[in-house]
Amino acid sequence: MEWETVIGLEVHVQLLTRSKIFSGASTAYGAEPNTQACAVDLGLPGVLPVLNEEAVRMAVKFGLAIGAEVAPRSVFARKNYFYPDLPKGYQISQYELPIVARGHLDIDLEDGTTKRIGITRAHLEEDAGKSLHEDFAGMTGIDLNRAGTPLLEIVSEPDLRSAKEAVAYLKKLHSLVMYLEICDGNMQEGSFRCDANVSVRRKGDPKFGTRVEIKNVNSFRFVERAINYEVERQIELLESGGKVVQETRLYDANRDETRSMRTKEEANDYRYFPDPDLLPVVVDAELLARVRETLPELPDAKRQRFMEEYGLNQYDATVLTATRELADYYEHVVRESGGLAKPAANWVMVELAGALNKSGLELRDSPVTPQMLGQLLKRIQDGTISGKIAKEVFEAMWNGEGEPDEIIEKRGLKQVTDVAAIEALVDQVIAANPAQVEQYRAGKDKVLGFFVGQVMKASGGKANPAQLNELLRKKLGPAGG
Amino acid sequence: MHDKTIAELSAALQAGEFSALELTQHLLARIEARNGDVNAFITVTPELALEAAKAADAARARGEAGPLTGIPIAHKDLFCTDGVRTSCGSKMLDNFISPYDATVVERLKVAGTVMLGKTNMDEFAMGSSNETSYYGPAKNPWDPQRVPGGSSGGSAAAVAARLVPGVTGSDTGGSIRQPAALCGISGLKPTYGRVSRYGMVAFASSLDQGGPMARNAEDLALLLNAMAGFDPKDSTCIDRPVPDYTARLAASIKGLKIGLPKEYFSEGLDADVAKVIDAAIEEFRRLGAEFKEVSLPNVKLSVPAYYVIAPAEASSNLSRYDGVRFGYRCENPRDLEDMYKRSRGEGFGAEVKRRILVGTYALSAGYYDAYYRKAQQVRRLIREDFVKAFAEVDMLLGPTTPDVAFRLGEMVDDPVRMYLTDVYTIAVNLAGLPAMSIPAGFAKGMPVGLQLIGRDFDEARLLNAAHKYQQVTDWHNACPPGFE
Repeated sequence: MEWETVIGLEVHVQLLTRSKIFSGASTAYGAEPNTQACAVDLGLPGVLPVLNEEAVRMAVKFGLAIGAEVAPRSVFARKNYFYPDLPKGYQISQYELPIVARGHLDIDLEDGTTKRIGITRAHLEEDAGKSLHEDFAGMTGIDLNRAGTPLLEIVSEPDLRSAKEAVAYLKKLHSLVMYLEICDGNMQEGSFRCDANVSVRRKGDPKFGTRVEIKNVNSFRFVERAINYEVERQIELLESGGKVVQETRLYDANRDETRSMRTKEEANDYRYFPDPDLLPVVVDAELLARVRETLPELPDAKRQRFMEEYGLNQYDATVLTATRELADYYEHVVRESGGLAKPAANWVMVELAGALNKSGLELRDSPVTPQMLGQLLKRIQDGTISGKIAKEVFEAMWNGEGEPDEIIEKRGLKQVTDVAAIEALVDQVIAANPAQVEQYRAGKDKVLGFFVGQVMKASGGKANPAQLNELLRKKLGPAGG
Repeated sequence: MHDKTIAELSAALQAGEFSALELTQHLLARIEARNGDVNAFITVTPELALEAAKAADAARARGEAGPLTGIPIAHKDLFCTDGVRTSCGSKMLDNFISPYDATVVERLKVAGTVMLGKTNMDEFAMGSSNETSYYGPAKNPWDPQRVPGGSSGGSAAAVAARLVPGVTGSDTGGSIRQPAALCGISGLKPTYGRVSRYGMVAFASSLDQGGPMARNAEDLALLLNAMAGFDPKDSTCIDRPVPDYTARLAASIKGLKIGLPKEYFSEGLDADVAKVIDAAIEEFRRLGAEFKEVSLPNVKLSVPAYYVIAPAEASSNLSRYDGVRFGYRCENPRDLEDMYKRSRGEGFGAEVKRRILVGTYALSAGYYDAYYRKAQQVRRLIREDFVKAFAEVDMLLGPTTPDVAFRLGEMVDDPVRMYLTDVYTIAVNLAGLPAMSIPAGFAKGMPVGLQLIGRDFDEARLLNAAHKYQQVTDWHNACPPGFE
């Protein structure tokens, strides 16, 4: 029996506002517990929420970026439930009228095609605090620093058909919100969190199967594993004559399994109703236009441009546009090098990425700036140094020895282009290796490489490879009988 | 000194007849002596009051006195007061010391007033008689066997008993106007959004509005001048200039068109109360007002609509009282659920629990459309009725309550009958309009309140009409026997 997987994702994106969505308290991560929770965040008697306009602008920006409808009027509602880290006993969210509806995101599939994934809605809401169950022997500590942090909850259509597609969607979304500079994308700190709705059905069945919600799968790897586990569990259950129960399950990364949290019967009735403390959010044409002006070039458009403008293949263009920062870095290198687009791509993707990877540094912390790398490429291009020497210069730059020209000068790495000097070395090597000369002349063309290597070595790597080749051929005469 | 109005006190202070300190000492002593008779105060704050009075005298000495400098006031105990218990008349908040001032409190402080304490109220402002207060009911100074009305019953009793010349109140379904009427004082519920709700503990957010209570319209105008105005901390507060409410008090009301909603004069209205209102209409006619009958056909739906919307909002607003961060927590909770259940079960009184249950039910899945959504539709119809009426007239006039103050305990077992006593006041909150109650005479020996309802932000016109009436009548100066 063939089964089809159906997945919809709910992603909570923490918006990069300086203050909270309904209060002036800071949203900075990692402060001492309860030091960033003001009277409003604590839900003290009498306090009232005031909407942070920046959060609205960020939601609008997202809506525009996914080709969605931005609601001219959206409404905050209260989602009522009791939990110790939910200070007011309700979460302010949006329910019937979200700020963003009906958008889409195109993802790349492994077979090279793209697939359009529908985004049902995206709505603004406040985050809850944190319950700390350790360190308080028999009690629970509450940290309300996170309470009131603005979230954009992005709900996809059930358009995803495998764990791989789910991950591709998540990565695309992750890249997009960072491009838009509305989220720092930090998954460890919970800035980008995902719940997955998973069901299976027999291939060809028009009806969806019963879905299970998997809560808080917070890395791309866990999303894939949790979904695969859940799909297998559901298929096994159905094939052995069982039924899937609609429920919420929690993914346990340590044991790589999902566990039941609560069934539908145990689910809360949230008693949503419009929050009377807040006015409807009005997004007029003027605000839309203002936000539209702040939209950056989006990843898909940038990738297309990189392919057209720099002649890159799709793979390279995809890698280089994965983040806005990397794309900016790359373009900066290209400009600095005077348009060496392909070498720049190679150096950024191989040398730079390798060095970053090895050192565990982020791009923004790279000791090699785009100016430096661009200059280096220029020196390869104008023949000052060879590609091989350039790697040495790169390493020196990485270690903070200075600008490329400085390093080339200081270390005496300039290519020898003086014909006489190279000729002398060539003569020496030919004289010292009569046997190899014989072989070459007997037709062993490959021996040329041996001579190149020897002369290079003798020159300390500074001989110009093209010049050297030409000289050797001239001196050795035609290969073969 | 205690028999003077705010305007009179203001003049006397300015004239140096006595100091703010002397005035404050006098009233604190009077509260000490007489509060036991009416139970109007939950908390008295003598140290803070004396300090504020001295500061007021110093400000006057520096030539920095305004009309409210040194004027003693009290706040209904749902306005948060920095460093002072804000109990909301509930065991739940009996231990709650607010760490901040409500905007209204702050503004009145800046205006130079001297807070004497916090007044009694129905628990979380839920009630029409003050009997749901954890601190025992306030009593009507006109007859201690009778209720002062509610929920701002302590505020009304305090002014009527001459313990303080002006107080703050809050009005969700009549909680300023009804106790003002029952205690024979003046009270104004401003337009929704005119006065900041920040720091005023919420009962039903879309209906709650703070306002002043005092002896007469002139005093209300003085207090409203300080209380009204935009507050960036309250999203529902409206950014609109605040006029000087005293400026138009004395203007002629000749030609003022007043509507008489026929629904306010139909069955249910006590005959003696009706006579008092009729006499007041004649008085207004003599002042040059013109009367016209109007109809508010949907007003009859206001009590049921209100008792869906207000409890629904309350059920959510009161969720924060969970024993976790502040307020009452039960002894030795076994686990989280036990803590929630017992903290709320023991901390809230019966009427609050009743309304939380009603509201929770009205918002529940499967009932929302039938109750909450329907009630909101009715609310819009009620508002439209008023808008239509105001196309023909400048304000509406009628009784504030269908009858005079009832006896303590008379209705405690019949909540629906008690709810119906607010039939004339509730529609105004649903429509968001300004309205006031002023003393218009007596029936069965108890005060009768006259209600004036205005267009949005037409407080100045209401105060003008009330003031003109009070210039030619003396009901507002009547003092409960024994409190002279």
